[in-house]
Amino acid sequence: MPEPCRPDSKPHRFFLNMGPQHPSTHGVLRVILEMDGEYVVDPQPVLGYGHRMHEKMAECRPWPQFLPNTGRMDYAAALPYNHGYVALIERLAGIEVPLRAEYIRVITSELNRIASHLLWFGALLLDLGAFTPILYSFDDREQILDILEDITGSRLTYCYFRVGGVSKDIDDKFVERTRAFIKRLRGRFPMYEKLVNGNIIFIKRVEDIGIIDADMCRRYGATGPVIRGAGVPYDIRKSEPYSVYPEFDFEIPVGSKGDSMDRFLVRFQEMEQSLRIIEQALDKLPEGPFMAKVPKKLKLPAGDANFSVEAARGELAYYLISDGSDVPYRLKIRVPSYSNLSLLPEMCRGMLLSDLVAAMGSLDLVIPEIDR
Amino acid sequence: MKNNGYFKELFVGAKSLLVGLGVTFKAFTQPIVTVQYPREKLEITPNYRGHIELVRDPETGECPCIVCGMCARTCPCGCITVKGEKKEGEKRKSLTVFQLDFTKCSLCGLCVESCPKAAIDFSQDYNIAGFTREEFHYDLIKRLEERG
Ligand code: SF4
Ligand code: SF4
Repeated sequence: MPEPCRPDSKPHRFFLNMGPQHPSTHGVLRVILEMDGEYVVDPQPVLGYGHRMHEKMAECRPWPQFLPNTGRMDYAAALPYNHGYVALIERLAGIEVPLRAEYIRVITSELNRIASHLLWFGALLLDLGAFTPILYSFDDREQILDILEDITGSRLTYCYFRVGGVSKDIDDKFVERTRAFIKRLRGRFPMYEKLVNGNIIFIKRVEDIGIIDADMCRRYGATGPVIRGAGVPYDIRKSEPYSVYPEFDFEIPVGSKGDSMDRFLVRFQEMEQSLRIIEQALDKLPEGPFMAKVPKKLKLPAGDANFSVEAARGELAYYLISDGSDVPYRLKIRVPSYSNLSLLPEMCRGMLLSDLVAAMGSLDLVIPEIDR
Repeated sequence: MKNNGYFKELFVGAKSLLVGLGVTFKAFTQPIVTVQYPREKLEITPNYRGHIELVRDPETGECPCIVCGMCARTCPCGCITVKGEKKEGEKRKSLTVFQLDFTKCSLCGLCVESCPKAAIDFSQDYNIAGFTREEFHYDLIKRLEERG
């Protein structure tokens, strides 16, 4: 990491506001940068520009009415958020979910994860100044959105999972299109590798930039591709398996150095692993109902429950305390981006401003999720 | 030797850029994937969830709504207003007001699922724009009549 050129000459320092309307913060994140020339001495994120009181909203309405909110925290990968919430209610109320529904949930969630990674892939490169890759990745992402739109009814802020199953069954057309998509995306990976992964400019901009070691990740509670990039194979799908994930054979890609390049490669390889999961799930897709019998007015038993899922950006945990009515007493949501963002000041101290953009992009932050 | 590494990197780097250019050139010769939106429009899937719309019962040709108010109670955003009155000589209440405030709707679909009579469904409208809020306060009964 380069040392600030004039580490103690205070009078030369100045403040720079990055955001809240900055193209590389992807949302309303503001970072106050204390600068020394081109070097960042102290970056401090400022949150709250997109705060919508999701947790408070959950305390004010019967639990089914919170379902649309879950898709609006992480808009880039809404289905894992749906999944965590319905699974939480199912755990609390003791509802068995039909196997087919679980398979559908896994398939659609993984599709959504790929869509989110493709979005991040394009956006990171856009931040680094490469305009072309986002057009290609959006072309692929568009296919996923079309597939998911046909089945969930929306393109981005899905509200598809229901307590006890999913709102609509998948059909042969969906299976066929998904298989075609798997084939297509596999054929596109070599192209991405040629276009981006080997590109000397890209490599120079991300290699050895923003090194985070495993210990630092643990101190800040960073999860997802960030901790996996630091070499820790921590993935809720494996370490705390939920739904039908134990039935599939897939790997957790990890990095070695923990720099931006490792995080990039981890996400890149994760797309391939998600394709593997989808493929196996489509092969094994069981027949049966897609919705369990759930009483129309389901009261939550008093008590509390916790449920974690692996969202596209890391560990997402819901914690609900119920007092026995159908309105939750408290719903706590632990989002991955919040912890991942908190790495920023320590990670970027002493960096060049342009490297900060690369390092922040490699964290894959979604701001509405931080400001939920 | 230091210099060796430098020239090797120069060579590898230049090659990687040319390979990348090759990819873009190949894409240049391929068919266009974008749609020229206002002039061309894509067919929207029939499963698309637009704003809600009252529907007619295909047998009777009447809207089967019984003014139970389930949809309005289930809606997380409180955007549905239903009112009805009992007319002389009729068994069930008939619908007099069905207002949808689309500005607040989150397109979740809970109302459609909750309706016991399947009297509401999603529309296929997706490119909706307007100048005032009031343009999105839909009178669904009127819309149903206009559709004939
Ligand atoms: S789709 Fe959801 S938000 Fe919209 S009217 Fe129906 S219940 Fe309300
Ligand atoms: S539309 Fe359906 S749920 Fe709403 S009042 Fe009419 S019958 Fe009841």
